[in-house]
Amino acid sequence: MNPARKRTVRLVVALSVAVVLASALIYTSFSAASPALSPSQLLRQAQPGRSYLLTGTVLAHSVARDGAVLNFSVADRAGGAAVGVAYTGTVPDPFREGREVIVTVEKQGGQYIGERNSLITKCPSKYKETPASEKQSS
Amino acid sequence: MAALGRVCLLLALVVCAYGIGASIYGVRTGRVEWSESGRRAVYALAGILTVAFAVLEVAFLRNDFAFNTVADTSSRTTPTFYKAAAVWASQEGSLLLWAWLMSLWSSLALFLTRGRIRDVAAYATAIILGFGGFFISLMVFYAQPFAITNPAPPEGVGLDPLLRFPTMMIHPPMLYSGYTLCTIPLAFGMGALLARRVDAEWIRVIRKFAFAAWFFLGIGVLLGARWSYSELGWGGYWGWDAVENAALLPWLTGTAFLHSLMIQEKRGMLKVWNVSLVLATGTLAIMGTFLVRSGILDSIHAFGGQTLGVPFVVLIAVLIAGSIYLVVTRREMLRTEHRIDSLISREAAFLANNLVLVGLVFVILWGTYFPLISEALTGQESAVGPPWFDRYTVPLALILVLLSGIGPAIAWRRASIANARRNFVTPVAVALLTLCALLIGGVHQKPFAIAMFCCAGFVFGSIGQEFFRGVRARRAMAHEAAPVALVALVRRNRRRYGGYIVHIGIVVLFVGVAASSSFQHESELGLSPGQSSRVGAYTIRYVRATASVSPDYDSANTQGGRELSAIMRSQPGVTLGPDTAHTGATLSLGAVLDVTKHGRHVATLYPSEGFYSSEEPTQGSVGHLIGGQPVSHVALDSGVTRDVWTAIAPNIETPRLKRIVTLGDKTLPYSNPAEGMVAIAALASAYMRNPPQAQFHLIVSPLVMWIWLGGMIVVGGGLIAIWPAPSAVRRRLSVRSRARAGAGAEQGLARA
Repeated sequence: MNPARKRTVRLVVALSVAVVLASALIYTSFSAASPALSPSQLLRQAQPGRSYLLTGTVLAHSVARDGAVLNFSVADRAGGAAVGVAYTGTVPDPFREGREVIVTVEKQGGQYIGERNSLITKCPSKYKETPASEKQSS
Repeated sequence: MAALGRVCLLLALVVCAYGIGASIYGVRTGRVEWSESGRRAVYALAGILTVAFAVLEVAFLRNDFAFNTVADTSSRTTPTFYKAAAVWASQEGSLLLWAWLMSLWSSLALFLTRGRIRDVAAYATAIILGFGGFFISLMVFYAQPFAITNPAPPEGVGLDPLLRFPTMMIHPPMLYSGYTLCTIPLAFGMGALLARRVDAEWIRVIRKFAFAAWFFLGIGVLLGARWSYSELGWGGYWGWDAVENAALLPWLTGTAFLHSLMIQEKRGMLKVWNVSLVLATGTLAIMGTFLVRSGILDSIHAFGGQTLGVPFVVLIAVLIAGSIYLVVTRREMLRTEHRIDSLISREAAFLANNLVLVGLVFVILWGTYFPLISEALTGQESAVGPPWFDRYTVPLALILVLLSGIGPAIAWRRASIANARRNFVTPVAVALLTLCALLIGGVHQKPFAIAMFCCAGFVFGSIGQEFFRGVRARRAMAHEAAPVALVALVRRNRRRYGGYIVHIGIVVLFVGVAASSSFQHESELGLSPGQSSRVGAYTIRYVRATASVSPDYDSANTQGGRELSAIMRSQPGVTLGPDTAHTGATLSLGAVLDVTKHGRHVATLYPSEGFYSSEEPTQGSVGHLIGGQPVSHVALDSGVTRDVWTAIAPNIETPRLKRIVTLGDKTLPYSNPAEGMVAIAALASAYMRNPPQAQFHLIVSPLVMWIWLGGMIVVGGGLIAIWPAPSAVRRRLSVRSRARAGAGAEQGLARA
């Protein structure tokens, strides 16, 4: 095989491999992904046995620990609908009422069970609470 | 003060505009003095932004709460050390840090390259000043670091307790140094394409800065991982969070570039690839900055509700479109001088390394931006989690480690069978020995971890062999002792052997990651004093509770202070501040844990949780004193073979303890925190008398220290590689000496 033809064959093989790998990546990302839903969307769309990323703010006076289980409610960012979650696992330090959280949940019966160690809270280093200056001026 | 800061920013904007104009005019007309003037505009920018940064830093140190950013991220009670670091805790301050660091690094780059590739440098100067102008515009029009409120609030919110960690003083400057240094190769790369000078010279000029970008970005990423492990209370160091990934992406493309540029230098190949990697690295650095500031992706780190997304999207679009246009229109000039002779050669190994690294970048980029992609394609936002990332990155990391052992040992151009036998027998033997040792040691599960250990053995064998051969050759030639020969070998060829040390460090780091993630034991449970839990081979017993109260004001001469001291004296077990972690916590509740293994004492650990005051009056006169962010103070027993990691979440929500707070809120005035502290001391005493069950997170992980050790080896290797070689220093010195001698002779002649 002459060198030019050899190079072309190599290029075609390499590109084919790249396309196959990229297709696998894209396919698995869609099949493995969990839809990100707000509490009101979750209440409308949740199907039992499927995982969802629940995003919203922790409702005031909703946090209670029952042994290893942490119970709390997540509300829409703009207020309104709220979903109760029973969660086990690591609780990040910034977790508290009023904070924005993301937790993977699954509907089991009438309950939403948080996946173990899936709770994350927006880092308050960047998450802005009402600053003192705004409080002062308001 | 604030006015001076604002004037500095406006002046900086004018300087950027002037410098861009002067540089482009100079290079287009061939008038060197204008290009030089543009270069000096970068120095001026660095000076002006230094003043602006100093103004903000002084405002923080002087508790000048008229500055909105000071009021939002600092307070009188924030320890001074952390006040200085609080400058970059806010959006505005971090933008100023970005622009300032970029101006400093750019000045250094342009100073060191003065007189070389003038036309490329002139375009690069204009691009650098373009970046500067962009960031300064953001600070002038969107996020103003010198915005003030009148009258000034009496007190600030305080630095978030999670950021009160020593490495936070250096983590952001390191990361931002990495990001800003990434823009220098990008500017020179674009400059080379604009000036149509795409020979190896511009690569030689920017090589050190590309390496410095990689170096600082790597340190920043590692420090972030360390912070996460030691401070965030979840026991992990990497969570595939969007912002973490954003910092890793330019580091990966930078790594690919540092390898592939050797092929361009040696053989004139991969020109399109190299210039594309440089442009991609710079663009990914800007994308990383954008991701943090836009709040476009849900991340534990993202700034929330900001308005900087649109300007960043425009900048990134311009960068991508400009890069593609330049590479496509200059493709003829970028044609390779040689082709790869054989797939069994060092060039091919480097190319494979590049493909794996770019593959990693693609996987991480896709996973990170998948929420946006899925929403655009399906109308439903979805996200992939750590298992998805692990599925692809683990095998790619294995290949990468293997290649880091193959690359140094294989011959350039074409490796023969004899060469392969000569160079790979030892590494393969070490890998097989590692496998045997693991199997004999009873390590049968976790195939990926076992494969990683074997690949690591292969790399140690390969690089160890390179050092051994080099030392042997020097000893034969110079009759030196082995240690002397080793030092001389590294000194003579810093780039090569520094690179090998970096490879060793990376492999040590990967071994730590594989071991700690595969063989970790974890327990999360509630314990009361006297109870214990078994974690792996270790038994951890909750011996007793601890409590310390640290008034965040000078209470010595107040009535409340005296009462507090009296209560403290009468309550054994409760200690009066300062808090053990020196982070400004009002109340720290913790535990004494006794760690044993097979009945033998291993360590005594003191995890605690710090409770901080908030400036929220609705929480009450006592409640607000502990109403801020609670933060875990992790207790670790670190060793070369394993870490015992413990964190506690004490329960202060019991009715008995809540009653004390409620009673204090009703009876004590908000205006006198000293009296409130008496109630906090009473709460601590009540907690100590009958400690409620606390939640513990206990982890035993093998080889975690190898991650930090590997990082330090990488830093050491990187410093060796980046340090000027003795010959280069001599050459520079002799050039300067000759210049001085020449000038002296001319003056002498003139006098004569």
